[in-house]
Amino acid sequence: MSVNETVKFGRSKGFFETFDRRPGPIKKNMHYCPGCGHGILHKLIAEALIDLGMRDKMIVISPVGCAVFAYYYFDCGGISVPHGRAPAVATGMIRANPDSFVISYQGDGDLGAIGLNNFLQAANRGENMTVCFVNNGIYGMTSGQMAPTTLVGQKTATSPYGRSATNEGYPLKVAEMVAALESPIYVERVALTSTKNIRAARTALRKGLTYMREKRGFSLIEFLAACPVNLKKNASEADDWIENNMIPYFPLGRFKDVASDRSPIERPEPVFDKEKVVEALFPADSGLDWRKKEAKLRKELRIKCAGFGGQGVLSLGLMIAEMGQSRDINVSWLPSYGPEMRGGTANCSVVLSNNEIGSPIVKETNLLITMNQPSMDKFLPDLLPKGLLLYDRTNIERPDTDRRTYSVEAGRIAIELGNPKCANSAIMGAFAACLRGIEQVNYEEAFEEAIRKTFAKKANLVNLNIEAFRKGKESVKIENVN
Amino acid sequence: MSISMVKESMSFNTRKLLLKGNEASVYGALLAGCECFFGYPITPASEIANTSAEFFPKLNRTFLQAESEIAAINMVFGASAAGHRALTASSGLGISLKQEGVSYIATCELPAVIIDVMRGGPGLGNIGPEQSDYNQVVKGGGHGSYKCVVLAPNSPQEMCDFTFKAFDLADKYRTPVYVLTDGVVGQMLESVSLPDPIGKKPLPEWALAGTAETRRNMITSIYLDYDDLESVNLKLQAKYAEIMRNEQRYEAYMVDDAELIMVGYGIISRLIRSAVDTLRSEGRKVGMLRPKSLFPFPVDALRRLVGNADSFLCVEMSNGQMIDDVRLAIECSKPVRLLNRMGGNVPSLEEITGKCGEILK
Repeated sequence: MSVNETVKFGRSKGFFETFDRRPGPIKKNMHYCPGCGHGILHKLIAEALIDLGMRDKMIVISPVGCAVFAYYYFDCGGISVPHGRAPAVATGMIRANPDSFVISYQGDGDLGAIGLNNFLQAANRGENMTVCFVNNGIYGMTSGQMAPTTLVGQKTATSPYGRSATNEGYPLKVAEMVAALESPIYVERVALTSTKNIRAARTALRKGLTYMREKRGFSLIEFLAACPVNLKKNASEADDWIENNMIPYFPLGRFKDVASDRSPIERPEPVFDKEKVVEALFPADSGLDWRKKEAKLRKELRIKCAGFGGQGVLSLGLMIAEMGQSRDINVSWLPSYGPEMRGGTANCSVVLSNNEIGSPIVKETNLLITMNQPSMDKFLPDLLPKGLLLYDRTNIERPDTDRRTYSVEAGRIAIELGNPKCANSAIMGAFAACLRGIEQVNYEEAFEEAIRKTFAKKANLVNLNIEAFRKGKESVKIENVN
Repeated sequence: MSISMVKESMSFNTRKLLLKGNEASVYGALLAGCECFFGYPITPASEIANTSAEFFPKLNRTFLQAESEIAAINMVFGASAAGHRALTASSGLGISLKQEGVSYIATCELPAVIIDVMRGGPGLGNIGPEQSDYNQVVKGGGHGSYKCVVLAPNSPQEMCDFTFKAFDLADKYRTPVYVLTDGVVGQMLESVSLPDPIGKKPLPEWALAGTAETRRNMITSIYLDYDDLESVNLKLQAKYAEIMRNEQRYEAYMVDDAELIMVGYGIISRLIRSAVDTLRSEGRKVGMLRPKSLFPFPVDALRRLVGNADSFLCVEMSNGQMIDDVRLAIECSKPVRLLNRMGGNVPSLEEITGKCGEILK
């Protein structure tokens, strides 16, 4: 080309001038076959990136399929992703950086088969992205297998006798399906066949991209496209085939356009200010200076709390742990978790120690608190010879044991106070009284602090639980002094 | 007292919270500047999603409950490709589903952090604690010759600290980093001192940041040319060799004169420590080597112990997966025995001390 020659119809600046990323000697042409719809759509996208001023902020996501190498061509951000996952990757990108734009470029296998859920879910979240769905009714890259959009009767490598409605079902109508969802703003099906259809496709693409630029949400444009090689036709035969066979089943048109009803999606700037981060992560009431209230236990307490699910045994364990924490005692708490919690018995292990805690799992216990009969039957054999047993006399028969044993009518106290849920605070009161017998330090104030902290968000329950705690403490009964 | 003095007395580092291991990992992530959490609930890791759902929005960061584990890891892939710190968490079967995505992330050389709170397997298994994801996490797990850095916390404090550290390692080596633990450590609650938060990091130059400067960045893992793909593989292997040299982490306890060295990670290491204390009080010469990193495995530390120790005992909650790495590390120069439980059972202290007694007899 001489310097004086002017280029009237040059390559769009949305493309690289030469395709240097493409391996091998050919750097000027795309790898697509003659007559392939991808080449046409690539051109429409490249031109739109420039005309709409979106190139710098755009990332085109390459699917698995023939367009996996889209990043050879577009002069914008490019990434190739696992089969079917483009909408999930796109979601991650635009949530992390809401100012970028993402085209999820997908074929019929990628979008309609392996990735249908990821696609539909992104559509249903209304992610601010444009999905360019290339529907050619066949698998191109793996050479001619059946697609979810292959027509009934159409022969492919994996439907050699023709797609059967009773074996594979009817072809998937993606645009219609997405238009039925509430979140997406714009859904249109176009065809990359005649000049007229390509012009309509160009308009539809630009509409979707413009909505994305305005951050209005999710757009799907379905492009009926030719795959002449796998249809075993030449380019114009393939276009005729689309118009005569595909369009009657996949009608062209706009299925949804509600962008004008939707406000732009706003996502506030993430907070990194150190003081604000600290403020968010620490509850406002955790300002107690525990260092001034250190306490030494005479020995490590390995406690098991057990009862019915719903009796508050897990919270009981947590309050005991809070108590220890407030006195700079090392604590661990481990719940029984999952289905075990639902409906059946619940238990938790609590360890209080002035030394580093080894196992948080309490098997052999030196302090057993039981709130129902099955728990008593299950855990009493694990109580060590010098261990201490505390149980709720309301629900449990006096056990036949030579261990040091205390009881309290925690359930009755709670009912008398008008709320059976505070039985755990009542038994904790009894526990505090027991501790007074085996420890030199008086922990009652610490227990009340723990109750106040636990119910900090439910102020009306603080006094109730304090009262239950005090009643439990006062009415503990020594059953067996060992 | 002036306001500044009040602030001083409440300095971040001196304050402790009682947190579950799962909760602590979210604190670690947020303090490390993690911007996005994508995940799908699964017991016993669900509190990671729950806690993220509570705290990420408070800081205008992204919490999104994905439609599947597969979606979650690919969302992490996208956020990481955009240059932002991102986290996902799961367990057992959920990790199996993520493996394809992890392989892509590793090959694309992107940072990412994945927390695996192991449950009982195989199949649907149960929600009890196990360590049977070792092979699928430590050995790569997905297709292709890649590995991930794997850190193994044994307490809520370490769940916080190791998750915090995981983001640095992921950025430094541009590779996925796992925080691998078990249901007990995930579910247990202990006191945690929190690290200072870090500020916003500059976007890495390779990011798809949606700017004119980064416009020509490209991230891919497809290389049709065999030599090109071999080069990518060689580059990855060189990186793993560097990680092997630099990042071996372990805790050695009473190993100097030990005749028997127990090896275990996660909750098991705490039981082993108690067993060592018990046996030492009886005059038995036992010690513990606890890997804090599983890849890289603390090979150098184990080799140094071969001279004094007569034998090794691996304690695991699996069919014996880590034991292969112990045998390889010491090149089978000493007997390596296995004590294991499965199905959600945790070996008891008595089982461990009993086994040691048998070996030392």
